[in-house]
Amino acid sequence: MFSSSRLRGGLTRRRFVTGMGAGGLLAALPHPARSASAVLPAGLIPAEPSATWDLRVGRTHIEIDHKALNAPCIGGTVPGPVLRWRQGDTVAVNVTNTLRHEDTSIHWHGIRLPSDMDGVPGLSFTGIKPGETFTYRFRLHQSGTYWYHSHSGMQEAQGLYGAVVIDPIHPDPNAWDRDYVILLSEWTDVSPMDMINNLKMQDDYYVFRQRTAASFPREAREAGSAAAALKDRLAWSRMRMAATDISDVTGIIYTYLLNGHAPDMNWSGLFRPGERVRLRFINGSSMTFFDIRIPGLEMLVVQADGNDVEPVSVDEFRIGVAETYDVIVQPKDDRAYTVFAQSEDRTGFARGTLAPRAGMAGPVPPMDPRPVRTMIDMGMGDMKPGESMQDMEMPGRSMAGMDMHGMDMSHMHHTMPPIEVDDPGPPPINVENQNVAMMPVDRLGSPGDGLEHNGRRVLNYKQLRATRPGADPRPPSREIILHLTGNMERYIWGFNGRKFSESGPIHLKKGERVRFTLINDTMMEHPIHLHGLWSELENGQGDFRPYKHTLISQPGSRMSYLVTADVPGMWAYHCHLMLHMDLGMFRTVIVE
Amino acid sequence: MKYRVLMGACLVAQALAQPTAQAADNASSAPASSVTATRYHAADAPSATPVIYLGHINPVMGQESYFHGIMNELEGRYAPGGTDFRWDGEAWYGSDYNKVWLKTEGTLERGRLHDGDHELLYSRSISPYFNLQGGVRTDLDDGPTRTWGAFGVQGLALYQFEVQATAYVSDRGRFAARLEGSYDFLLTNRLILQPQAEFNLYTKSDAGRQVGAGLSDVDAGLRLRYELWRKFAPYVAVTYSGYFTQARRIVHDQGGETGTVRFTMGIRSWF
Repeated sequence: MFSSSRLRGGLTRRRFVTGMGAGGLLAALPHPARSASAVLPAGLIPAEPSATWDLRVGRTHIEIDHKALNAPCIGGTVPGPVLRWRQGDTVAVNVTNTLRHEDTSIHWHGIRLPSDMDGVPGLSFTGIKPGETFTYRFRLHQSGTYWYHSHSGMQEAQGLYGAVVIDPIHPDPNAWDRDYVILLSEWTDVSPMDMINNLKMQDDYYVFRQRTAASFPREAREAGSAAAALKDRLAWSRMRMAATDISDVTGIIYTYLLNGHAPDMNWSGLFRPGERVRLRFINGSSMTFFDIRIPGLEMLVVQADGNDVEPVSVDEFRIGVAETYDVIVQPKDDRAYTVFAQSEDRTGFARGTLAPRAGMAGPVPPMDPRPVRTMIDMGMGDMKPGESMQDMEMPGRSMAGMDMHGMDMSHMHHTMPPIEVDDPGPPPINVENQNVAMMPVDRLGSPGDGLEHNGRRVLNYKQLRATRPGADPRPPSREIILHLTGNMERYIWGFNGRKFSESGPIHLKKGERVRFTLINDTMMEHPIHLHGLWSELENGQGDFRPYKHTLISQPGSRMSYLVTADVPGMWAYHCHLMLHMDLGMFRTVIVE
Repeated sequence: MKYRVLMGACLVAQALAQPTAQAADNASSAPASSVTATRYHAADAPSATPVIYLGHINPVMGQESYFHGIMNELEGRYAPGGTDFRWDGEAWYGSDYNKVWLKTEGTLERGRLHDGDHELLYSRSISPYFNLQGGVRTDLDDGPTRTWGAFGVQGLALYQFEVQATAYVSDRGRFAARLEGSYDFLLTNRLILQPQAEFNLYTKSDAGRQVGAGLSDVDAGLRLRYELWRKFAPYVAVTYSGYFTQARRIVHDQGGETGTVRFTMGIRSWF
C-alpha cells in the first residue's frame, strides 16, 4: 500500500498551475478580489499542515451568476481557505474582524474542544468585535474532514465558511493519489432577513413546483386514476400542508456552488486515469440538502463527519446541511466525469468536473423528478392517504409500541437497569406546531425522500459502520426524548412545540451517558447538530456506531443516538437549516 | 373520531394556555392516554432560572416583529354607466403571537365613497392557523359615520380556505356580522384563480348607510391573477355586488342598483 500521507500533497500548487495552464487557473479564480497572501485554487488542500493560521474576516464585493453581494468572508474568497491541521497538534487560529459595524465569530463544526473555543456568541464567548483579534487555541484529538463557519447573525449564509482537513497521526487506512475538497453551498443576493420576512408572510414563497391544475393529468397517470390523485390532493389540503413542500428556499433565488463555482464556471479537479481520487464532500449550505453522484463512477464512502467508516460502495448519497462525507473514486477512462449535486427539491444543482486535462467538461445529467411527500413523512407510518384515523392508537401509546418493532433492538440487551427517561409526551397542536407524528417509524434504512427505488445504489444511515468500536462502552443512564416540531404556515420552528425563547436549557451531568431520541413531527428533514460532543448513531451496527456531529432526522421518523457528556460548558444544539435555527429550533445544552 | 375529538380538545386547551405553560399543559393532558404510566417531563422545559448568556447575547432570534401589508383588491369595476373603484387591504405589525392589525375597504362609485369600513384590531394567535381578533370598526365614507366594537377570528380553515368571521356591536346597541372567504386554485404555479365572497349581516336597518336587517349585502369576485412576482400580481375578474332583503328595497327606493355584475381589472400586491 502506498503511504498515503506522502501522496496527500500529490497535487502541489505548482504542479496544479503548470498542469492546468493559465486558463484553468483563471477558471479556478472566480472572484475579483483576493487577499495578497498565497491563495490556493478552490478545492485544493495545502501541501502541509500548519498549526498557526491568521484569518481576516471582512466584506468583499463578489458577483457570481449575476448576483452581486458584499459578502462577509475570509481573505476575500468564498469559500474561505482550506485549513489543514494535524491530529495531536495544538492549533492557534487568529481571527481578526475587519468588518466595520458587526461582530463575527468562527465555529469549528464537529471539532472537539473546550467550550470557550467553540465560537458561539453568547455560549462560548462574546464574539469578536470590529477591529479585534481573537485567538482560538485547542488541541486536536481527532482527524478527518470538517468545516468552519460563522455563528454570528446571518454571515454563514452569505459566505463565511470554509473547509478543515485534519491529518491523522496514524496511517490512514485509505490510499489515494489525489485529494480534493468539494464544498457545496448556495449563493444569492437575497438577504436571509428578507427570506425570513417573506416566509413569515407566505410559507411557499420560494416554491414554484406545486401541484396545479396543469400538473393534474400527470399525477392522475402516476396515481393510476384521477380519483386517486384527487383523493391524495384533498388529504393534503385538508391538513393545510403541501406534498410539494421540500425545501423552504429554492433554486428560484439560489445558485448552487461547488467550491465557490457556479455550475457554468465548472470547477475542475484533475486526475490521471487509474488514480484513486479522494473527494471530501462538505455541505456548507444554509438551507439545501444535496444528492450527489458522479455518473460512470462508483463512490467508495470511507468517512462520515470526519470519522472513518467501513467502506461502502454507492452510486449516490444524500448530504444534509453541515454533514461531511469522504469518498474515493477511481476514474479509469481518459474522459471527463461530472460531479453532480442536485438539490433535494430539484430546482438546481451544483456541478464540477473530474478530468484528465484542464478545460474538459463531461455530460451533465438531467435532474430527477422532484420528491413528493407522503403520509410516511407526516408520521402516519404506512397509512394510505384518506385512510380512516378512527382506529388509530393514541400518540403516546403508538410510540411505545414502536419501540418494540420499529426500533433497532441491538441496544436492548445493554439497557437492563431501568433508565431515567425525559419524555415530553406527544407535542401539543398549537400556534407553534401543526402536526403530531402518530406513528413515527425508523427510517435509517431509507436514503431519503426522492431517492428510494431510483435504480441506483444510494447510501443510507444503516450502512454506516465505524471502523472501531465506540470509546464509551457504557449503556445510557438516561434517555432524552425530543420532538422536532414546527408550523410551516406561520414559519415557526422548535422542539416539543416550543421555540427557543420559550424553553429552558437541557442539563447534562458531566460524564453522563445519554440517549437522545428524536421524533420528527414535521414533514421536513432536519439536520440536527450537537456542538462539542459526539452523536453516536444507534443504527444497528452494535458497538460500531458511527460517530457523527450532524444527523438528518427524516420526516415522520424516530431515531436515537448516544452522547457522552465529557466536556463541560454551554453547547449549542440545533437544526442546521439556518432559518429553522434562527426561528427557534435551537436549545442550549449545559454540561456541568 | 376519537382522534379528532382529542385534537379539538387539545386545540381549545392550547388556545387558553399561555405558550410558556405548555410543558405543564402536556402533563395535564396526559391522562387521556391512560396506558402511559410515566409522568411526562420535557428535558427542555422552561426553567425558573433563565440562562445568563455571555455578554447577554441571545444565540438566536425568534422573537422578532414583522410588518406586512397586502392589498387583496385594488381594482376598477367597469360598467357603461361609470366605473367603480374598489380597494380591500390589510396590514399588520407584530410578533408570532401578538399583532396590531389594520383592515380597510371601500368603493368609489361616481365620485361618492361608500362601503368604507376600517378596522383597528389586536390579533392574538390561538392555534396553528387561527387568530383571535378584537378592536374597533368605523364606517367612514361619504355616508353617515358609524362606530362598532369588533370581535372575530381569521385564519386558514380546512382545505386551505382563507376565512374571516367577525361580529360587531355598535354604539347604538345594534349588531352586525361579516363573513369572508377565499380560495386559491393554482392553474399553474403563477396563474391563480381565486373565488372570493364577503357577506354582511345586520340586526337593524340603517337606510342612511344602505343597510338592511338580515343578509344585507354580498360582494364577490372570481379573480384570475398572474403572479409576475410573488408580491405583484395583476388580475382580471368578474365581480358581483348586490343587496338583499330590506337593503335591496332601501337601495331600490333610493334609485341605486340592487345588483351588478362587472368586468374588473386590478392588482394584488403585498410587502
